[in-house]
Amino acid sequence: MAFFLEVLFNGLLVGIMYSLVALGFALIYKASDVFNFAQGDMSLFAGLALVGFLTVMPLWLALICTIGVMTILAYGTVFIVFRPLVARPPLILFMAAIGLSFLVQGIGQSIWGTQPKGLFLGIPEITFDIKEVFLNTFDLTFGGVAGVLVVGLVLFFQKTRTGRALRAVADDHEAALSVGIPLLRAWAVTWMIAGIVATVAGVAWGSRLGVQFSLSLIAYKALPVLILGGIDSITGAILAGLVVGAGENLAEVFLGPYVGGGIQTFFPYLLALLFLWFRPYGMFGKEIIERV
Amino acid sequence: MLYRECGNYKDTYARDMAIFPIPFDRWGLGVMLVLAFLVIPYVASNYWLSSIMIPFYCFSLAALGLNFLTGYAGQVSIGHAAFMAVGAYASLILYGRYGIPLLPSILGGGIVSAAVGSVFGIPSLRIKGFYLAVSTLAAQFIIEWVLTHWKWVSGGVFGTVDAPDLQIFGWIIDTPVKKYYLVLCIVVPLVLFGKNLVRGQLGRNWQAIRDMDVAAEIIGVSLFRYKLIAFAVSSFYAGVAGSMITLAYYGAANIEEFNLLVSFQILGMIIIGGMGTVLGSFFGAGFMVLLPIFINQTLLALLGLETVPSDLRANIELIIFGGLIVFFLIVEPYGMARLWHTIKDKMRLWPFPY
Amino acid sequence: MSQKTEPLLQVEDIHISFGGLKALNGVSLEVYPGEIMAIIGPNGAGKTTMLNVINGVYTPDEGRIFFEGKERPLKMKPHHVAAMGISRTFQNLALFKGMDTWCNIMVGRTQKMHSNLFSQGLYWGMSQKEEIEHREAVEWIIDFLEIENIRKQPTGMLPYGLQKRVELGRALASEPKLVLLDEPMAGMNLEEKEDIARFVLDANEELGYTIALIEHDMGVVMDICDRIAVLDFGNKIAEGTPEEIKSNQKVIQAYLGEAEGE
Repeated sequence: MAFFLEVLFNGLLVGIMYSLVALGFALIYKASDVFNFAQGDMSLFAGLALVGFLTVMPLWLALICTIGVMTILAYGTVFIVFRPLVARPPLILFMAAIGLSFLVQGIGQSIWGTQPKGLFLGIPEITFDIKEVFLNTFDLTFGGVAGVLVVGLVLFFQKTRTGRALRAVADDHEAALSVGIPLLRAWAVTWMIAGIVATVAGVAWGSRLGVQFSLSLIAYKALPVLILGGIDSITGAILAGLVVGAGENLAEVFLGPYVGGGIQTFFPYLLALLFLWFRPYGMFGKEIIERV
Repeated sequence: MLYRECGNYKDTYARDMAIFPIPFDRWGLGVMLVLAFLVIPYVASNYWLSSIMIPFYCFSLAALGLNFLTGYAGQVSIGHAAFMAVGAYASLILYGRYGIPLLPSILGGGIVSAAVGSVFGIPSLRIKGFYLAVSTLAAQFIIEWVLTHWKWVSGGVFGTVDAPDLQIFGWIIDTPVKKYYLVLCIVVPLVLFGKNLVRGQLGRNWQAIRDMDVAAEIIGVSLFRYKLIAFAVSSFYAGVAGSMITLAYYGAANIEEFNLLVSFQILGMIIIGGMGTVLGSFFGAGFMVLLPIFINQTLLALLGLETVPSDLRANIELIIFGGLIVFFLIVEPYGMARLWHTIKDKMRLWPFPY
Repeated sequence: MSQKTEPLLQVEDIHISFGGLKALNGVSLEVYPGEIMAIIGPNGAGKTTMLNVINGVYTPDEGRIFFEGKERPLKMKPHHVAAMGISRTFQNLALFKGMDTWCNIMVGRTQKMHSNLFSQGLYWGMSQKEEIEHREAVEWIIDFLEIENIRKQPTGMLPYGLQKRVELGRALASEPKLVLLDEPMAGMNLEEKEDIARFVLDANEELGYTIALIEHDMGVVMDICDRIAVLDFGNKIAEGTPEEIKSNQKVIQAYLGEAEGE
């Protein structure tokens, strides 16, 4: 039982990270209809930038600089790539995001190099147990940070003026324009927030696995989370992240040995597919009712 | 008046319904076929034949397959490379392990792939749009996992299976020219077959589903049937393409040759080439196959960057690649096939301005 | 119209609700062979919902549906309904915008075409014969609707009135036993309305199609229809010939409000 709980709990902690990346997807999709395939590459970019800055400055300053860089990236993306593509079909935007992911990855690795780099934030990694359920402080810290970020975002969108403007844009582009919300600036702010979310995810994964190309692959972990939760739902992204994190860890530990292991790569997709068969718009996705 | 539609009178429906009703198009196709069959094999170097033309044909076929599904039937798939992998492994097993003749093995690879593709098409009956697109990633990951973990399929070592020597009735296919002909002789009939499919009732039903699925079903188009056929036909083409690229180009089946990046590239091919056009599949494949070669051999030399270390060069390649995709989408969102259309319009009027 | 003949389509006591909202509340309708029947009523009365129930898009909670005297299951795939011989046009344009006019109409004939994949891919034998044969039928419809000049234009680019006409063509292409038209004249000018009215009348009188239509323009409805059913808030409040409907008190109330009626 203790072992089961441990597997479950570690799965949930990983799941929070999935939630974070999926959240980045959901934010941008809601605001600008772009299915942002570059979300994982933005995490990589942020990780690379942080490591780069850390070589010449203290951690707090490096974090600020990283967020600054992500802001520039967000504005650049919106005003250079997506401004000419306003009102194009979703598939074109999607392909543009794939192009963007090559761009972001290429630029990041050209500036800071391709070799894997360690990232040490000075967070202690102490394993301890509560009634034989083993946990470690490192995972808990990032679980906590992710949790705080999620709560902060929800408050931002509910309580602040900017947040409300962004929600208005998400609901209806033209209506938002007509009441005087500048569309592109709103998009840029959303991309910036997604950039900050990507930074946290990139730093968390980077300090665990090292900052390297494979960081960008966490996007593929977040995608099943996203469709399970509902592409345009923030609550969905968070909950589904936990479900997928716990689910895949349990499946790998208890089911994996029977089928040959490594099922983590596709188990979340199977889970999402099964769920979508019964609810085609995920847990909290907006259902599109077709009228004829 | 270089391109003439006028002056050729179609006095029967049969003539209007022919595959290439306009003489100019028939001549154009004839010239292309002569080039492909009689000129290219004798003027192109071995490097061009085996490293550019063969992959170009194979990827054109794969892109055409995805175009059936995405461009015509409107179902976005980002797991297309996985179906190429299924075809590749299936035909290798048929040919190498069971000694079935080469051509049936290649077609067999396509058929196995079509079967697997139809299974992965089932979710499309309930799931739509980006939800479906992400679901097709499941195909990519599940197939990759099966190919690396099931020893019966892959022989066990990193999912790599070597291709045996190729021969048809004792005719040994070993030189680039022979391989080129093998590929060409499979691609041309399949492309014509596909062209007939999309301009016939099947293609019209696919487009009906793409444009307005609810209306299509009320009019009498069975969504279940035609979506699954789209997945099957699309996967068949992918499977044959995968099998040929493995046998005639890579020489061994390796799961890395069919990873997610390749799926993206094929999707990129049809978007850049032109969705819902047969010709666009070729334009897109040509673009994607030639681009890295162009960047590596020409552009970097022009910029004086040929001395940069290879990892940086790979990244510069990524930047240019991504940048060009974005650029293309901004300038010509309907793909290169639309450009060709515009050129034809101009040729129709030339030398008059309008 | 003789009322003694068997109805072609008979729906009985249809109930359907969407999340607590009663869209249809026990509505019964009959359509007799050879007639033009109109369903009228204010916005939100449940007219289009009724067509969707007949087409199988919605499955009603209760009720029975008979077609040609035989009962059909309430839950039925729309393309099976189409195969029974019911075709349809839509309130908001629902053409296949990427395809040419003649291809759109050709899709309407899909239930009649049976050549297999291989024959189609080779364009040989059965497929070729079938394509040409059905193309002739499509050309006949194009001729009937006087849209020869746009036969090879993508429908997405056509003006609204012509799109509606192509849609009518697509519905007629399947040579159905019953044609359902959802507001075939909405948003048209007088001239276009007259054109469509003429085509509807011709389809009925010359080609013998049975037609049920939804329309807001009372003038047209009174002129061309044999029988009218009036829906209001999911209930049928009246049914009868145009003259009967004109003088029906309930109908006047529904359209002009309570004050006028009292």
